[in-house]
Amino acid sequence: MLRIENLSAWYGEAQVLREVSLEVAAGEVVTLVGRNGAGKSTLLRSVMGLHPGQRGTVSFADRDVTKLPAYKRARLGLGWVPDDRGAYATLTVTENLTLPPRVGPDPWPLERVYEAFPALYSRRDSAATMLSGGEQQMLALARVLRMGARLLLCDEPTEGLSPLLVQQVGDLLREAKQHGVTVLLVEQNLHFATGVADRHYLLAEGRIAEAMDNSEVRSRERELLAYLGI
Amino acid sequence: MSGFLQNTFNGLVGGAFYALLALGLAVIFGMLRVVNFAHGAFYMLGAFGAYVLLAEAGVPFWAALVIMPLALGLLGMVLERAVIHRLTRLDPLYNFLLTFGLTLILQDLVKSRYGVQSSPYATPAELSGTVDFGLFDFPTYRVFILGFTVLLCVAVWWVLGRTRVGMVVRAATERPELTRAFGIDVGRWVTPVFGFGIALAGLAGVLAAPMRAVNPLMGADLIIVVFAVVVIGGLGSIFGSVAAGFGIGLIQAWGEAYLSDFPIVSQTVVFVVMAAVLLWRPAGLFGREEAPA
Repeated sequence: MLRIENLSAWYGEAQVLREVSLEVAAGEVVTLVGRNGAGKSTLLRSVMGLHPGQRGTVSFADRDVTKLPAYKRARLGLGWVPDDRGAYATLTVTENLTLPPRVGPDPWPLERVYEAFPALYSRRDSAATMLSGGEQQMLALARVLRMGARLLLCDEPTEGLSPLLVQQVGDLLREAKQHGVTVLLVEQNLHFATGVADRHYLLAEGRIAEAMDNSEVRSRERELLAYLGI
Repeated sequence: MSGFLQNTFNGLVGGAFYALLALGLAVIFGMLRVVNFAHGAFYMLGAFGAYVLLAEAGVPFWAALVIMPLALGLLGMVLERAVIHRLTRLDPLYNFLLTFGLTLILQDLVKSRYGVQSSPYATPAELSGTVDFGLFDFPTYRVFILGFTVLLCVAVWWVLGRTRVGMVVRAATERPELTRAFGIDVGRWVTPVFGFGIALAGLAGVLAAPMRAVNPLMGADLIIVVFAVVVIGGLGSIFGSVAAGFGIGLIQAWGEAYLSDFPIVSQTVVFVVMAAVLLWRPAGLFGREEAPA
């Protein structure tokens, strides 16, 4: 579904990603773990077409999208869940949900979104930035599901959430996976990552340092947590 | 009491011009991140265009009120496509300098043809005279300006707040990059929005022609205050720009009326307010800190 080949990215003179190559198969949930500054968010932004200083190839559904602008990538089925949750202050909750066009074969109807997220329904006419952090995270995820995105690029969706909300985000990602949605997830919470993902990449200093499966991450959890500084 | 009401009315009329200009600047800044220094020059072209149409072709005020915003909106779209969009990827300072240069070119073009003296523009006959408000009389033309501007702001607010086009413009104005990531071709909206902002400036110019001296520098005199209005309202905030426009109009009118013995205070009160607002809320009254994407 997603293939990244030799992707390098820069912020001015500073190189953030170095020849990164990885693949995510259709229906897979794959996480990127790494220290702060390792280049995880830049990798997601590059896949989404939001990072201008990059070199390499990004393919989605067997189509080279490297030269496509972000809006065309989104229309092909890429759904971005940014680390700041991307809530628009000047749009209501309903408008935040209905802003993106429907792009995939299985977009969630608004009724289904509100059924799954009753808190969003009760605040549907409020400005999205008036929601709590957890509700904004649900909004960010609900928005890409309503789009019908086939690949979710989720940047630390559990950061700052209570354990109950972390569980809800996990349930949501698992449900999306059951419906064939592919997920590339930046995550520091290893317990959460092994609970939802099939595979993991460790990103270090802009490079893929290791590829791991769930059992490997669980057996090395203490070592990895120490490395991540958590 | 009647004096206060009259000053308040005058403030609202002055604020109406600020609101129209600031609204255009706000949508342009929001979507393009361009501080359009040439906004005052387009306001001047609106007024001058109305004057030239009347003086040289006999085109009346009402026709100019339609022709000039459309013509200037079109010119704005051409300029956006031809030069401004080429610099949007660079530091915003480049477009600020570009629009500053455009201002000088437009002003000098008008100066070279019509000189620097003010040209009179007669109030349309239908709007001459005064309206009796009981406690005071007020010029009909000024009542028209206030009513027209309020209606226009309400119409713009309705379009922005109640239609899908408005939703896209609000989203793209608030966070253009994020909006692209949600499948919306923000670039497609940039040129019409720039044209719309310029058209509003042109419209304000036509409205100003009968009550302000029409001369090549009339926009340059106004634009500094309009920038202060936009900063006070919050850069890129559509509601903030309109609210601050009327608010500053009121403060100026009250200052001129009640602080006339202290001209330094009445002339600088707008900038004192701006400094106070920036100290209290650096993003302006209705603005937000810049979001990451």
